[in-house]
Amino acid sequence: MQITSPAFKENARIALHDAGLQKALGNLKEGFPVKRSTAVARMPEFEQLRDEGTALKNHILENLDIYLEQFEANVIKNGGHVHWCRTPEDACKKILDICEEVDAKTVTKGKSMVSEEINLNDYLEKNGVEPIETDLGEYILQLRGDHPSHIIAPAIHLNLEDVSEIFHEKHKRPKSSDPKVLMQEAREMLREKFAGADVGITGANFLVAETGSTIIVTNEGNGDLTQTLPKTHIVVTSIEKVVPTLEDMTLFLRLLARSATGQEFTVYNTLSTGPRRAGDQDGPENFHVVLVDNGRSEMVGSEFQEMLRCIRCSACMNHCPVYGAIGGHSYGWVYPGPMGSVLTPKMIGIEEAGLLPNASTFCGKCESVCPVRIPLPKLMRHWREDEFSKHLSPKAVRWGIGGWAFFAKRPTLYRLLSISSNLFLRVMAGKKGHIKKIPLAGGWTDGRDMPAPRGKTFMSQYKSRKQR
Amino acid sequence: MHAPEKPIKVGLFVTCLVDMFRPSIGFATIKLLENAGCKVSVPEAQTCCGQPAFNSGDKKSTQDIARQTIQAFDGYEYVVGPSGSCIGMLHHYTELFDESDPWKARAEDLKKRAFEITSFLTDVLDFNTILSKYDAKATYHDSCAGLRELGVKQQPRKLLAKVANLTLNEMEESETCCGFGGTFCVKYPDISNRMVENKTSNIVDSGATTLLGGDLGCLLNMAGKLKRQGHKIETRHIVEVLAGMTDEPAIGDADYELGQPA
Ligand code: SF4
Repeated sequence: MQITSPAFKENARIALHDAGLQKALGNLKEGFPVKRSTAVARMPEFEQLRDEGTALKNHILENLDIYLEQFEANVIKNGGHVHWCRTPEDACKKILDICEEVDAKTVTKGKSMVSEEINLNDYLEKNGVEPIETDLGEYILQLRGDHPSHIIAPAIHLNLEDVSEIFHEKHKRPKSSDPKVLMQEAREMLREKFAGADVGITGANFLVAETGSTIIVTNEGNGDLTQTLPKTHIVVTSIEKVVPTLEDMTLFLRLLARSATGQEFTVYNTLSTGPRRAGDQDGPENFHVVLVDNGRSEMVGSEFQEMLRCIRCSACMNHCPVYGAIGGHSYGWVYPGPMGSVLTPKMIGIEEAGLLPNASTFCGKCESVCPVRIPLPKLMRHWREDEFSKHLSPKAVRWGIGGWAFFAKRPTLYRLLSISSNLFLRVMAGKKGHIKKIPLAGGWTDGRDMPAPRGKTFMSQYKSRKQR
Repeated sequence: MHAPEKPIKVGLFVTCLVDMFRPSIGFATIKLLENAGCKVSVPEAQTCCGQPAFNSGDKKSTQDIARQTIQAFDGYEYVVGPSGSCIGMLHHYTELFDESDPWKARAEDLKKRAFEITSFLTDVLDFNTILSKYDAKATYHDSCAGLRELGVKQQPRKLLAKVANLTLNEMEESETCCGFGGTFCVKYPDISNRMVENKTSNIVDSGATTLLGGDLGCLLNMAGKLKRQGHKIETRHIVEVLAGMTDEPAIGDADYELGQPA
């Protein structure tokens, strides 16, 4: 996937004027947040559940090595394999090796953001293995040569017309705009692929240390077929997903479903515990877990550790007014919205992604809905501090803040600055009460008027009133 | 409730925007505090809360400004300001210093004493003798920092309920950010502009004649947009209404005597 994060502002400008996208984003706003709040209202102990989830994640992160090793030992005991991969390249290579071992030509894939993160599809294709996305949203995107714009609803930026269009073009069937017909069409196309796939690749929502199990949750059931039909099942996932016990997993499943879609529980919750055992009716012969690090272990013990609590529910982006205005593609890489504005700089570098943690008003809505209480604004601010200390912030910002701070630290001079700015704006406004255009402040006045100051500064007025 | 015979010593945190754009908010805040039995002073050594530096990642300047502000408000029982955002910033000072730094304890102490005005009147003083009168259908915007950092939600509504002739028409999404965000509005003007457009359309749909709020930054942003769109809705800070100081033209409006639409 091509990184376009450095063009964030331009991406956003285009997105704001994309009528189709804006229509799709309108639907998002009416959908997820309303469903979440209804689900939360039905569960009085939800806040307590959030506290428990937060505390448990903190405990896991303090003992991450222990739980990961326990998980690995149990996967091996069940007859599976675990592969530790530090970089995206390591992970892609490992997955290709496994595919080549079983001479795989096609692989079916369940939805996995980690596979997007490591850019797996491109890598497999280049090396002669055809990946087939089986999640409906991902399938549509693959047909279009498109990428996810949301972590749980990858095709949220599209409208029914777009789907109808691409199905007609690629499936060579009569055009339909009936969602039921389209769904059926996708099913028929995918059935064949499921049957012919040599390897099934899925992600994982959680890894259970005590049993060596992985779990994925879906509302379509495609994950089940992806992992049970082919001979080889590869789980590609990341290290922070481990939880100690099945019981702990259920706590997160409850938080996840409510925060994401407002469901009590996701429809399909599929656990994989090693390969097929003697007497099992079905299941893969080989079971591999590819554990991706990609900067995560560096986050442990750093100011970004709290980000590793993330359970990828998407509530932060669903409630973010910036995401809601511009959609996920504007962010220019895999993870959009507030969680992406913290993760992306870690994964592709702050030099590339510096505009993301700056693109927030710090309204705090994301933090207020995050099931594991990640202080997203604070973490975005850490990136701004990092940028500032590395002299990466734009010169205009550095000089502007530097100049302003010079005055703000000197109350007497500051009075003079506010008196002169106050006077300048009042002169500009004349008798109108507001200003239509201010030189060098087009950012403000292109879209709105600037209300003029009313009278002299407070400090001047206060002083003369006291002297009276 | 505090005994009226022993006035409470309050330091007013004016905020830089009120100082420069709308002094009447500062005077209205003083009037409300005095009506509630406080003795109000305005420490000279205050400037801005430091938020522009804090949110731009300039920690060093933020620390300098924080120390200056902490010192300026030493010795006041309470520090009160007409802004959830700036008072929220005063609370953030605690994050700027290490445990071993003596300024940490002083920042913690300031945090305990610093309150947004409607929260101070309601939560600390339990004051509700609002005697003002204002003819309007008002709608109230919940500014983000006040709402989510300081828990300001019911306090302004409780106080507004005491204002004669005023009815409150709640708008949709009153808790959604207006797109101001300090430097955000000039760094990302396109996005900010869309956010404030969404906000003004909710304001207009509420049928209100007056928009009220507790943070001047957001109010300047929304008033500026309402003006640009040609709406005749008045924008005011809540303290102007509570203190009965609504003679002043509304935010962005011209002087009445010019015969311009108010
Ligand atoms: S940061 Fe929080 S709200 Fe956002 S996806 Fe992660 S868990 Fe969900």
